[in-house]
Amino acid sequence: MEMNRRKFLKLGTAAVAGLGVAAASSNPAVAAAVNGSYKESAGKRSDVTWGMVIDMKKMDEATLNRCVEACHKYHNVPNIDTQKDEVKWIWGETFEHLFLDEVHDKMGDKYKDMSFMTICNHCAEPVCVRVCPVKATFMNAQGVVGMDMHRCIGCRNCMAACPYGARSFNYKNPRLYLDEINPTYPTRMKGVVEKCNFCSERLAVGELPLCVEEAGGAIIFGDINDPNSAVSKAIADNFTLQRRTNLGTKPKVYYIV
Amino acid sequence: MIEKALVKRTSKAYWAWIAFLAALFAVGFAAYIYQMVNGFHVTGMSRDISWGMYIGHLTFFVGVAAGGVMIVLPYYLHNVKEFGRITVVGEFLAIPAIIMALLFVVVDIGSPMKLLNVYLYYTPHSMLCWDATVLPIYLILNIIVGYNVLQAENKGVKYGKIVKALAVFSIPFAFSIHIVTAWLYAGLPSRHYFLTAMLPAKFLAGAFATGPALIILICFILNKLTGFDAGKTAIDRLATTVAYAYTATIFMVICEFFTAFYSNVPSHKAALQYLFAGYHGHDQFVPLMMVFLVLVVVTLVIMIPRQTRTNYKLLGFGCAAAFLSMYIEKGLTFVIGGLSETPFGTIAPYHVTVPEVLIIVGIFALGFLIASILFKLVVVVKKDMDLGAFPQEDRAALPMKYVAEYNKANGIVEEVKAPAAEAAPEEA
Repeated sequence: MEMNRRKFLKLGTAAVAGLGVAAASSNPAVAAAVNGSYKESAGKRSDVTWGMVIDMKKMDEATLNRCVEACHKYHNVPNIDTQKDEVKWIWGETFEHLFLDEVHDKMGDKYKDMSFMTICNHCAEPVCVRVCPVKATFMNAQGVVGMDMHRCIGCRNCMAACPYGARSFNYKNPRLYLDEINPTYPTRMKGVVEKCNFCSERLAVGELPLCVEEAGGAIIFGDINDPNSAVSKAIADNFTLQRRTNLGTKPKVYYIV
Repeated sequence: MIEKALVKRTSKAYWAWIAFLAALFAVGFAAYIYQMVNGFHVTGMSRDISWGMYIGHLTFFVGVAAGGVMIVLPYYLHNVKEFGRITVVGEFLAIPAIIMALLFVVVDIGSPMKLLNVYLYYTPHSMLCWDATVLPIYLILNIIVGYNVLQAENKGVKYGKIVKALAVFSIPFAFSIHIVTAWLYAGLPSRHYFLTAMLPAKFLAGAFATGPALIILICFILNKLTGFDAGKTAIDRLATTVAYAYTATIFMVICEFFTAFYSNVPSHKAALQYLFAGYHGHDQFVPLMMVFLVLVVVTLVIMIPRQTRTNYKLLGFGCAAAFLSMYIEKGLTFVIGGLSETPFGTIAPYHVTVPEVLIIVGIFALGFLIASILFKLVVVVKKDMDLGAFPQEDRAALPMKYVAEYNKANGIVEEVKAPAAEAAPEEA
């Protein structure tokens, strides 16, 4: 049943499934995972499932800001500063907001107000993918939940469904809120939903996500299916938290607190 | 047959009403263009509350459309003959209601030019996809059935077997449109106001109160304007339906309060607290919910005792209160209330904007316009063919009346005065 649905959800993932360019990688972990050809992997679930550990002992405010800036600049995320209409892929949120089920009344402010890096959890059971009426949001072969912004009709069902508030809708024309445009990544039009894509366009050519590069060791990224990967070891050796595990979404972002 | 609504027995007041609605629709359309040019930031919706007034109205009007089945089902399945005169009212009510519901989806879509992707990339695991399937089917069925039933009446014959088969076929669709709309919400894991198995049942019960209440009101209005008589037994039966369905709905609302507040789980209580009492300092919907509570009491007091329910003055008030209270509960506050608690445990406020209201008014105007034309058609056909619905008119005198009308219009003065010439007032 689960495999069937996965198979089903993989329609339209062909572009990201192409994994033929291992040589270009500067990172051995990614290079090791990126093997095989497009033909072999198309339509099949890859052995690799990307996951992320965010080490909050190492992640400070400055690092977080660097990650946010690098990501938003690269992905042409518009800089709209009203809370109502803003678009964000990665941002800082307090412990109280991020882990609302773990907070108790007497918790000290210094813990409640700790700033945590927030991104899409790339759930193994994503609600957004389940509710999307056009398969504009989908899970690719490596478990990354992606967005086809050309197909998105802007119904915002995924935003109502996402238990993590990871999604943004272009309430305004995003092109008016870009200081400079990165020509290697598409810009969007108003009326579509967007979110973090785990830098799947970079993973496809053997590069690490931008936030991982910027964080300098505070974020560990890799294959959570491989017990010997750095990310699996970090999960095994540390006390980690995940957001709202009681909802059955199975997030793939872990936090070392 | 449709020409009867346009040329026969029309009055200046009728055309003025149609022109007024068309003008309102044009205003709404202009507001929609404004929204599409400027983006959805001109509405009250936000990153946190991604569905607002439009989807709320969609939900409510799907309910109105489904409510008509409370006439169609007893008439076609249980042979309740009293409803024979007004089944077509139920079927025709569903047409503008679904058109409105569909338009509320269209104006809510951020990229409407890509709307047909819903059919191109048909995705059965999405509930929205099912909404896009059953709503058009129910619309088409109601157009076919309603038109053919009235056409048969117009020709003085009984409708065909296929029409009856389609009418019966439309009954499960009436239920399904509202069930699917409820499942749109009831399957979202982190929205506790939505996440209840009670939701489809509550929606259906609410619809079965709102639909018949509106049909009673329409019958009263048609009676005032044209003398159309739905029949006392039909109205009384419908009123009983409203009484039961409304009481069931309020029971389910109470059940939600019980589960939320007895269990004391904060996220279950959040939406109800926000709507009825204010939460985290946000209380913008509290006055509206107080109006809702008053209307609930008024409805129950009028609709439950038989003496008040069969008093047609009070029944009109009761039905209006039932309709308005469900409009507040389902149309205005359900969606926004459910989304008000963000995934971060905070409360996001919702401020309705002028363009949003104008677009809603425009869709209402179009719905009223379609309804006016369809009900005009019903009245004209019934006036011509089914004198039973117009007891104040005398069949024998009818030809003389037309002669008199013709003479009057052409300035012909006759010696013999037609008996019904000055009676039978034109509809206002």
